[in-house]
Amino acid sequence: MTPLLYARAQMGLSLAFHIVFAAVGIALPLLMVIADVLWIRTRDPDYLTLTKLLAKGTGILFAVGAVSGTVLSFELGLLWPTFMGTFGPVIGLPFALEGFAFFTEAIFLGIYLYGRGRVSERFHLFAGIVVAASGAASAFFVTLVNAFMNQPAGLTLDIAGHLTGYDPIAAMWSPPWRHQVLHVLLASYQATAFAMVAIHAALLLRDRTSGLHRKALAIALSLGGLAAVAQPISGDASAKAIARQQPIKLAGAEAHFTSGPRAPLEVGGFADVDRRRVDGAIRIPGGLSFLAFNDVDAPVIGLDAFPRADWPPVRELHLAFDAMVGTGTAMALIAVLAAALALRRRALPDARWFLRLLVASGPLGVVALESGWLVTEWGRQPWIVRGAMRTADAVTSFPYKAAPFWLFTITYLFLGAVVVYLLWRQIVSSHHAGVSAPEPGRAV
Amino acid sequence: MPSEVLLGGVIVVALMLYVVLAGADFGGGVWDLLAFGPRRARQRQAIEHAIGPIWEANHVWLILVVVVIFTAFPAAFAALSTSLHVPLTLFLVGVVFRGSAFAFRSFTGGAGAGDPGDGRGERGQHRWGWIFSLASLISPLLLGMTVGAIASGRIRVEHGLVAGGFVRPWLAPFPFAVGLYALALCAFLAATYLAVELEDDPELQWDFRLRAFAAGVAVGGCALLAFLLSGSGAPLIRDGLTRRPWTWPLHGLTALVAIGALVALVRGRLRTARVLVVVQTVAILAGWVASQYPFLLVPDLTIWNAAAAHETRIWLLIVLAAGVPVLVPSLAVLFRVFKMGTFEGTSGRGREKAHRDAQ
Repeated sequence: MTPLLYARAQMGLSLAFHIVFAAVGIALPLLMVIADVLWIRTRDPDYLTLTKLLAKGTGILFAVGAVSGTVLSFELGLLWPTFMGTFGPVIGLPFALEGFAFFTEAIFLGIYLYGRGRVSERFHLFAGIVVAASGAASAFFVTLVNAFMNQPAGLTLDIAGHLTGYDPIAAMWSPPWRHQVLHVLLASYQATAFAMVAIHAALLLRDRTSGLHRKALAIALSLGGLAAVAQPISGDASAKAIARQQPIKLAGAEAHFTSGPRAPLEVGGFADVDRRRVDGAIRIPGGLSFLAFNDVDAPVIGLDAFPRADWPPVRELHLAFDAMVGTGTAMALIAVLAAALALRRRALPDARWFLRLLVASGPLGVVALESGWLVTEWGRQPWIVRGAMRTADAVTSFPYKAAPFWLFTITYLFLGAVVVYLLWRQIVSSHHAGVSAPEPGRAV
Repeated sequence: MPSEVLLGGVIVVALMLYVVLAGADFGGGVWDLLAFGPRRARQRQAIEHAIGPIWEANHVWLILVVVVIFTAFPAAFAALSTSLHVPLTLFLVGVVFRGSAFAFRSFTGGAGAGDPGDGRGERGQHRWGWIFSLASLISPLLLGMTVGAIASGRIRVEHGLVAGGFVRPWLAPFPFAVGLYALALCAFLAATYLAVELEDDPELQWDFRLRAFAAGVAVGGCALLAFLLSGSGAPLIRDGLTRRPWTWPLHGLTALVAIGALVALVRGRLRTARVLVVVQTVAILAGWVASQYPFLLVPDLTIWNAAAAHETRIWLLIVLAAGVPVLVPSLAVLFRVFKMGTFEGTSGRGREKAHRDAQ
C-alpha cells in the first residue's frame, strides 16, 4: 500500500469505528430518557429496569465513543497536517461548538449515570434530556464540517486553486448542511433502534412472557420505525440536492457514465469503470432522471462530463450506495409492516415469524450508516475539500505510515470484540433479570 | 489585548484545567497500579469511586485545547502533529485504553455498578484494572515528553516544512525528564485529592496522605532534574527560565507553595494541601508558559507568525465566550453533586458516607 492509502485506511478505520459509537451516543440516551419518562409516569418497574440497562449500555458505549473521538481530533493533524494547516481555521468554529456540546454531554452523562438517588428525580431526568439533546447537537456541528468538505462555501481561491481568503461563517453553513444533518441524525436513531429491536426481539423469542422485553421492543420499534420511514424521504431530498450541488458524486454513486436525457437508474450490479458500464444491474429507464429531477426526461450529468482524474472510485461507491439504499428500503418496508400489524392487532406484533424478521434486521441500520458514510466520503474523492485541496496533497510527510495503521487496526479490532462480548454478557444477564425480576418487582 | 494573546491564554487556561482535573484522573490510575498493602482493594475502589462520574468531562479540556490550536494557530498544529506523530499516536493509544478499560471495568461489575454476579466479574475487573492503570501511566508520560520536545527547540520549521526528524526531538533526556515531571505531578494531584475525599475513612486517608507526600517529593526531584537537563536540552527555555527578571518571583512562589503543600500534608491540613497543590500545578505551567512566550513551537513558530486570519480569531473568541455561560454552571453542578462533601460542611460528607454505605 502507498503511504496515502495507509493514511486513508487509518482515517477510514478510525471513523468507521467511531461512527457506530457516535450514533449510539446520540440515540441511546434518547431511548434511555423515553424509558425513564415512562417509569416516572407509570411507575412500572420494568421501565426502571429498562432505563437502567440502557444507561449501563450508554456508559460503556459513550466512553468508547469519547476516546475514539479524541483520537480523530488528533488524527486530523497526524494524518492530514496540510489540510488542517490550511483549513483548520475555516472549520474551527463548528468544531469548537461541537466541543461545547460534547462537554455538556459528558457532564450531564456523569450526573445521569452516577446521580440516580443523589439528585432529585426531576433533575436526574433533566440531565438525561440534556445528554440526548447535546448528543444530537454534537452530530449537527460535526456534520457541518463534513458538508463544508463536500461542497465548500465562503472560500476565495486563486487561479492555481490556492486558498487566498475565506469567510468562516459562510463556510460553516456550506450548502449540503441541511440534507446531510437530517440524514445523519435519522441514520443514528435508526441504526441504534434497529439493533435494540433485534436484541429484544431475540430475547422475546426465548421468553414470550417477559414484560420487560415487550416494552423495550415497543419503544425501540417505534423510534426505529419512525426514523426508517422518514429516512427515504430525507434520502430523496439528498439525492435531489446532490444532483444540483455535486453532480459528479451522484454520477459516481449511480455509476452513471454518459450524460444525457432520460438517464436510467442502475439498481445493483458492478460498475466496470474501464468499459464504462454496469454489469448485472437492473436497469430502470429514466429512473435516475426522475430520482434527481422528478422528470423522466430530464438530462442528468454523467461522469463523462468530468476529467478522469477527478472521478471518485466508482466501483466501490456504487456498491456502497446500493448497500445504503437497499438496507434503507428494507428497513422502511419492515417499519410499514410493523405499523400495519400493530394497527390490525391493536397491540405489539409478536408473531414468531415477525420477531425472527426483526432479529434478522438488526444489522441493517449499522450497515446503512456505514455504507452511507462511505458514499459521502468516497463520493468526494479525490478531494479532501472539493475543488480546493486534493487528498493526496493533504497527507502527512511522516514516512512510517504502516505502523500507526496497524496499531490502530489491532486496537480497534480488539476493542470492538470486547464491546460486543460485554454487551452480549449484559444482554444475557438482562434476560435473566427479565425472567426473575418481574414478580417481586410487580409486588412493590 | 491582541486576539493572538487572548487565544494563547485560552489554550493555557484549558491546559491548566486539563492537568489539574484530568491529570488527577491519570494519577488515580497510577495509584491503582501501585496499590499495595492490606487495603489494596479498598484503595482501588476509592479511586474508581472518585473518578467515575467526572473523568469524561475532565477529558474534554484536551479536545478544547486541540480545537483552539488548530483553529487559531493552524501552522503550529500542522507542525506539531507532523513532528510529534510518534509520541502523540502512543499517547492516543493510552487514552483509548485508559478510557475504555475504565468503562469496561466500572460497568461490568465494578465498585459502583450492581453486578449480575456470574462469577467472572472479579477476574475481568482485575484484567481491565491492569490495562486502565498501565495506560494511565503511559499517557501523562508521553504528553509530558511532547511538551518537552516542544520546548526543546529541536523541532524546526523551514519554509512551512518540518525538519529535525521524527524521533530525535522527543526521545531525549530533557523531554523524558519533563514526562516524568508530568507523571509525578498527576500522581501528586490524585493522591492529595483522594486524601481529602476520604475523610470518613482514616486508614485509607492515611494511605493516600503518605502517597501524596512521596509524590510531592518526587515532583520536586523531577523539577530539579528537568531544570538541570534544560541547559543542554532546551537552551532557549533555560534562558527564559533564568534570565527574564519576572520569572524568578514566579519560581520562588512555586517553590514556596510546593513546600507549603508538603508541610500541610504532614500536619494533616488536607484541604489546605489540596489548594496548594493546585496552585503549585498552575504555577509550574505558568512558569513554563512565561519562559516560552511568545513561542508555540520553539524556535520557529510564535503566536504571531502561526496565527489564523483575524476574522477567525474574533469569531472563535465569540464562540468560546458564548460557551462559557453553558459550561461553567454545568461543571459547577457536576462537582457539586459528586464532590460537594469535600468542599463544604458536614451534610454533604454525610451524604457521601450514606452513599458508600449503601453500596
